[in-house]
Amino acid sequence: MLRRKKDGLVSSEDETDWAALLLRVRDHQDRAAFAVLFRHFAPRVKAFLMKSGAGASLAEECAQDVMAVLWQKAHLFDPARASVATWVYTIARNRRINALRRARRAEPEELDWGPAPEPDQAEALETRQETERLGRALAALPTPQRTLIERAFYGELSHSEIAAETGLPLGTIKSRIRLALDKLRHRMGEGPKRT
Amino acid sequence: MTIRHHLSDQLLMAYAAGQLPEAFSLVVAAHLSLCDDCRAQADSFDAVGGAVLEEAGEIAMGEDALARTLARIEWLPRAAAPKPRRAAGIFPAPLVDYVGGDLPAVRWRRVGGGVRQAILPTDRDATARLLYIPAGTAVPDHGHRGLELTLVLQGAFADETDRFSRGDVEIADEALEHTPVALAGQDCICLAATDAPLRFRGLIPRLAQPLFRI
Ligand SMILES: [Zn+2]
Repeated sequence: MLRRKKDGLVSSEDETDWAALLLRVRDHQDRAAFAVLFRHFAPRVKAFLMKSGAGASLAEECAQDVMAVLWQKAHLFDPARASVATWVYTIARNRRINALRRARRAEPEELDWGPAPEPDQAEALETRQETERLGRALAALPTPQRTLIERAFYGELSHSEIAAETGLPLGTIKSRIRLALDKLRHRMGEGPKRT
Repeated sequence: MTIRHHLSDQLLMAYAAGQLPEAFSLVVAAHLSLCDDCRAQADSFDAVGGAVLEEAGEIAMGEDALARTLARIEWLPRAAAPKPRRAAGIFPAPLVDYVGGDLPAVRWRRVGGGVRQAILPTDRDATARLLYIPAGTAVPDHGHRGLELTLVLQGAFADETDRFSRGDVEIADEALEHTPVALAGQDCICLAATDAPLRFRGLIPRLAQPLFRI
């Protein structure tokens, strides 16, 4: 079932449409699509966790956990609000908090309840492009600045050591997400509850 | 109602990086449940995390890793569709999880001056508690050794810096010595987190502090 997803598996890795693959997992429990996602993301999650201080065997085990959660929670993925890399990152981060800090992280109220909407292709594409732009901007930062950001996300800096001034163009991606949230609220028929 | 006092970028990035003590993450999650603007900003920091993950390099997985994971997901139940966590009362959903319900479920303890508090179960890097301040009452004058976040859930309070009502967060550091006063009209209920014990200067003798776990 490749509806709307004919180009989901193009040869050049950079152009692979990860979101389309994850939607195939979501909608059709497509194990071949999952395998493609696994081959790309699992070794990155493992590297990420080892840079966060996990030993090789713990990182291997947790990377498998992360990919299993990706399968299990595929129906919560919204390509208008996050790229697959971002989604995988949030799962890996939470696994790291559980495994390495033995703590937990409170999560905001979930917004995606109710029937899963058909993702808007144009929105998903823009979110993906914004994320790619962000990746290029990160790569283009002067090394000391980039290193500081990486160390923050590898969990090497305490909250008081983190500098919020990243030098990254976050304004555009934030307004895209804000727009997606507004549409979602509209669909849910309400604003955030504030009474 | 408009939220006027938001979380700082530093806190949102630390939350996205997974580096906040649990008590602070609870205040952040509660504010994000009420404020889409901060939620979008937090999500954009998540996207930075995604970019860092993409560039983290690759370390080969074990040979059987994919096969084992495929075998495992065979048996995994589909995660339940998120239940409507939208709280019906005044507590945002993540706070309901910690309290085990809304306002009536809170087990308050008196701390003097009509003020009540309830410590919430989190890891020990920081303390989260609910504060109940009767309308018109002052919270004893206190300074901070660390960072303190206070999210208003009901009513409003004012201190030397400004006025704070539902959804607003006050971020107080060591430099701030303040006397928050609950405004008249409605009792004020706040969720507060701090990574150091409060030093009350007024009503409560310092000796009593360990008893109250303040
Ligand atoms: Zn806010």
